[in-house]
Amino acid sequence: MHTPAPIGRTPAAADAPPAVVHLLGGTRRSIRLLGLIGMALACAPLVVRSEFHLTFMTLALYSTLLGSAWNILGGFGGQYSFGHAVFFGLGAYTGAILQVHAGLPAWTGLLAGSAIGGAAGAALGAISFRYGLRGSYFALVTLAMAEVFRIIANSVPFTGAGVGMMIELRSGPADLQFESRQGYYYFALALALVALAVSSWVRHSRFGAALAAVRDNEDAARALGIDATRIKVAATALSGSLMAAGGVFYLQYFHYIDPMLVFGPAVSVEALLGPIVGGLGTVLGPLIGAFALALVSQVATQALGQAPALSMALYGVILIVMVTFLPRGLGRLRLRRGRHA
Amino acid sequence: MIDSALIGAALWPALVNGLTMGAIYALIALGLTLIYGVLHIINFAHGSLLMVALYAVLVLFERLGIDPYAALVVVVPGMFGIGYVLQRFVINPARHGRDENTLLVTLGLSIVIENLASHFFKTDTRQIETAYTFMMVDLAGAVISMPRLLAFAGALASCLALAVLMRSTDLGRAIRAVAREAQGARVVGIDVDHVFAMSFAIGLACLGAAACFLLPTYYVSPQVGHGFVLIAFTVVVLGGMGSFTGSLVGGLLVGVIESLGGLLLGESLGQIGVFVIFIVILLFRPAGLFGQRT
Amino acid sequence: MSETMSEPTSNATPSAAAAPGRRQFLRVSGVLAASAGAAPGLLLAQPAPIKVGVLLPLTGAVAYPGQQSREGVMLAVEDINGRGGIQSLGGAKLDTLVADAQSQPQVGAAEVDKLNEAGVCAIVGPYASAIAFATTQAAARHNIACVLDQAVADQITSRGLKNVFRFGPSYEMAVRTGINNFHILNTVAGKPVKSVIVVHEESLFGTGTAATIARDLPALGYEVLEVIKHANPTRDFNNIALRIKARNPDVVMQANYLNEFALLLRTLRQQGVRPKAMYSIFGGGGSNPKVAKELGEAAEGVLDCNHWFNPRDKRGAALRARVEKKGLTFTHELLMGYNATMLLADAIERAKSIRREAIIDALAASTWADHFMPYGPTRFVNGQNQGAQPVVTQILKGDVRVVLPNTYAEAEAIFPATRG
Repeated sequence: MHTPAPIGRTPAAADAPPAVVHLLGGTRRSIRLLGLIGMALACAPLVVRSEFHLTFMTLALYSTLLGSAWNILGGFGGQYSFGHAVFFGLGAYTGAILQVHAGLPAWTGLLAGSAIGGAAGAALGAISFRYGLRGSYFALVTLAMAEVFRIIANSVPFTGAGVGMMIELRSGPADLQFESRQGYYYFALALALVALAVSSWVRHSRFGAALAAVRDNEDAARALGIDATRIKVAATALSGSLMAAGGVFYLQYFHYIDPMLVFGPAVSVEALLGPIVGGLGTVLGPLIGAFALALVSQVATQALGQAPALSMALYGVILIVMVTFLPRGLGRLRLRRGRHA
Repeated sequence: MIDSALIGAALWPALVNGLTMGAIYALIALGLTLIYGVLHIINFAHGSLLMVALYAVLVLFERLGIDPYAALVVVVPGMFGIGYVLQRFVINPARHGRDENTLLVTLGLSIVIENLASHFFKTDTRQIETAYTFMMVDLAGAVISMPRLLAFAGALASCLALAVLMRSTDLGRAIRAVAREAQGARVVGIDVDHVFAMSFAIGLACLGAAACFLLPTYYVSPQVGHGFVLIAFTVVVLGGMGSFTGSLVGGLLVGVIESLGGLLLGESLGQIGVFVIFIVILLFRPAGLFGQRT
Repeated sequence: MSETMSEPTSNATPSAAAAPGRRQFLRVSGVLAASAGAAPGLLLAQPAPIKVGVLLPLTGAVAYPGQQSREGVMLAVEDINGRGGIQSLGGAKLDTLVADAQSQPQVGAAEVDKLNEAGVCAIVGPYASAIAFATTQAAARHNIACVLDQAVADQITSRGLKNVFRFGPSYEMAVRTGINNFHILNTVAGKPVKSVIVVHEESLFGTGTAATIARDLPALGYEVLEVIKHANPTRDFNNIALRIKARNPDVVMQANYLNEFALLLRTLRQQGVRPKAMYSIFGGGGSNPKVAKELGEAAEGVLDCNHWFNPRDKRGAALRARVEKKGLTFTHELLMGYNATMLLADAIERAKSIRREAIIDALAASTWADHFMPYGPTRFVNGQNQGAQPVVTQILKGDVRVVLPNTYAEAEAIFPATRG
C-alpha cells in the first residue's frame, strides 16, 4: 500500500523538517499570493467610494472568516460540521458577558472568546473522535450540540435567556466599535487574513499534511504513526477558535445577540456554504466562495427585487446549478483540465 | 417547582400523547431513513418537502373538498413522482459522488421550495377544520383527538407496508442490494440510478402520508418543515440509519421523551432531552437501536 | 436636489415659480413631446418624487408580519399620493424603495447602506426588534430617520440614537397597560378571577412579558400559579393543556406568536379546558380576524391587548374594509405599517424639505393628531411617542372588537366567559 499523498507539492512533506522551515520553504508562492490579496483588499477602501459596496465587502470578509474556520476542519480535515454555530455563539456570548457583566473592554472578549471557542472545539473533537464518529455521524452530533447550546442559552439567566444581550454603543477602536464603515472593514479584513494565513499554514505544514493524510485514509495514516485523533482534535480546536472570533465580530458589529441569532442553524449553514462553493480544502476557497455567494445574492435581488421570495428562490437555483456544473468548487476551476474532475 | 401529584396525574396522558406525536415523527423519519440507508445522503430538503405535501393536502381540501385521509390516494403518488424526478434529474446530476455536493444541492432545493411556497401560497399560516378535529377519544383517562389516533394507526400501517415492499418485491430486493453495495449491484445489472430514484420517491411518498395524517391536527406555512427536520434526524439516528423498525420505535421513543421532558422540565428546556439522547446514542451506539454496525 | 425641493411653491401662482422650475418644465415637456401617448397634462410641473425606504423582512422567519406591514405602507403611500402628495413640497409624491431584510439583522443593516446611496430621506420598518437594533444604528450614521412600524423593544429608543421614532407603544408601555386593563376588567366584573397561568414563547417578547406579568400581578392580588415557557415552534400543546387543566387557573395568559397561539387555543378546546378568560398582551393571534374566523368557537371571547385603531373613527374601519376587499387579512402589523408611513408623511409636510436633518427635527417636534389611533397628538421623548397606548380587544361573534378603554370601546367585554 502506498502512502497517501500529502496535499503539498513536496512528496516528503510527512517527514519534512519543523513546520516553520517548511512554511518558509515550500510555500513562498502562496504566502506571496496571500500578501498580494491582502494588500489589494487593504487598498480597496481607497478606490471603493460607495459605502454600500464597502459594507458588502465587509460582510463577505466576515463570511470568509467563518468559511475559513469551517474549512480547516471540513475541508482540510474532511470532517463536515453542521453545527459550527456552537463556536460562533460561544464567542459572541463570551464577548457580551465580559462586557456587560464584567465591564471588561471588548478586546478581552475577542481573546477570551477565541480561547473558549478553541477549548470547546477541543472538547467537542475529543468527545466525538474518541468515539470514532465520522461522516454523517459527526455532522449530526455537531448539529445537535449547537441545538443543546441554543436551548441552554435560552434557559440560563446570565445569557439573558430569550431576551438576548446588548452591548452599549461606544465608539473607538479600543472598544472594537467603529464610527466609520472603513473601521469595520479593516477589522473584518484583519480577522479574515488571520484565518487565511492559518489556512495557508495548515495547508503547507506538517500538521496539515498529517490532517490531509487522516482525511484521505485514516487507517493508512494511523499505520504511518500519525495520531489521527489528536490531529483531528487539534483541527477542531483551531477551527472553533476562528469561528468564535467570527461570533465576537458579529457582536461588535451588530451589538445585539440572542440564542437563535448566534446558535441557530443559519450560522452553521453560512460557514459551510462558502468553502463548498469556493473549493473545499483550498486556502482561497472560502474567500472565493464568500464573494461569489454575496454576488449571487445581489444579482438575484437585482433581478427579482420586486418579488423577494422569488429572488431567494433564484439564489437557490443558482446554487444548485453551480454544484451541478462546478462540482469541485469555483476555486478549482482552472485545475479541472489538469486533474480528472 | 412542579408538585409530584400533578406529574402523577399527567403521566399517563403525557405518555399516550407522546406516543401519538411520536407516530407522526416516525412517519416523517421513515422516508428520511430510507433515503439515508440507500443513497447515504442527508436530505436537508426533507422538511421543505413535507411542507409541499402539507400544502397539497390543504389545497385538495380547500379547493376540491377532499378529506385529508382520502387525499392519501392523490398525495402519496404525487410525492412519489416528485421524488423520482428530483432525484433523477436534480440531485443525482449534481452529486458527482461528493457528499458536500449532495449537502449543497439539498440545501439549495430547500431554499428554492420554501421561497416558491412563500411566493405562491403567501406566508400566512393555514389550518383546516374537519368534522373530527374536536372529536375526542378517552383512553383510560387520557383524552386524545381522533386525528392523532388515526395518525398512530397510519404510522404502523405505513411501516408495515414498507417492510412488505422491501422484503417481498423485486424492487425491494433491488433497493436492499443497492443499499448494501451499489457498485456490486451495478455489476449484476441493476439499474442503480433508477433504484436510487425509486428509493427517494418512496421516501417522499412516506412524507405524503405523514402530511395527510398531520394536517388535521396541525397547520401549514412555508416554514413549517423546520420544526420537523431535526426531530426526524434524531429519530433516524436513534432507530439506526436505514432501519424501518428503528424509525418506528425511535419515533415513538422520541415522542415519549419529548412529552415527558416537557412535563418534567418545561416545554422549552424539555427539548434538550431529545438532543442529549441524540448525542449519547451517537457516541455510544452510533448504529442506533436497530441499525447494523458499519 | 434637496435645495430645489425645499423651495416653497404656492399653488395659487404656478407662473411665479422660480426659474429652475421653468427650465425643468421645458425639459419635461420636451421629453413628453417626444413620447406620444403620454398624458402630459398630469405630469406638468410635477416635482421630483420623494424617495422613502421601506425596509422589512419579506422572506425568512418573520416574512408574514413583514409582508403585512409592507401592505400597510403601500396603502398609506397610495393615500398620500392620492390626495395630492406632500403639499408643502408642491405636491411631491412619495416613491417607495422596498428592501428585504431577509429576517436577518446583518442583511437589514447592509440594506440601510444601499438605501442611503439610493438617496432615501427616511426609512420605514423593520418590524422585528432584533433587526431594528442593527438597522437603526446603521441609519444613524447617515442621519436617516427610522420610523419604526413595530419593533417594540424599549432598548431601541433608549440607547441614545436621535434618528429613531416609534409611533406605537413600546413593549414596557404595552405590558403595563395590559396588566392595568386586565385588572380593570376583573374589578368591574366583581373580581371573579384570582389565579393565573402564563404561557409564553421563549424569545425576547414572550420571556419579557411573562416576567413582568409574574412580577406585577401578585401585587394586584392575583396568584400566578405557573409560568410555562415553550419553544418556537412547539409541535404539541397537549402537555401544557393538561397542566393547565390540572392547575385549573381562572385565566390563561398567552404571550406567543400566531402559530403557537392558535395551536394552544385548539388544544385547550380539545382537552375541554375552559378558563374564565383567555388574555394576551401583544398576542400573536388574539386580535387577528383570520384566526377569529378560522378557529371559530375556540377563539370566541379571547381578549388581547394590542395595537388597534380607534373604532369610533370611521377611517379605521374604512381602511380595514379596503384591505379585506383586496383579499388580505387586516392585522395590527398592517395597521402599524400604515401609521408609520402616515406619521412620516406628516413630518415631511412640516419639514417642508427632504433634507434628512429637517425630517428628523420635524419628527422630534411632531404633534400629529390627524390619525385614527387611540392616542391623541404625537409627542416624542427619546423617539418614543408618549401618548401611544394599546387597547383591549375581544373576539366576539367571530370578529375583533375593542372593549377597553371605555373612551374607545365599541362593545361590552364578556368577562368572565359565559360559555358552559
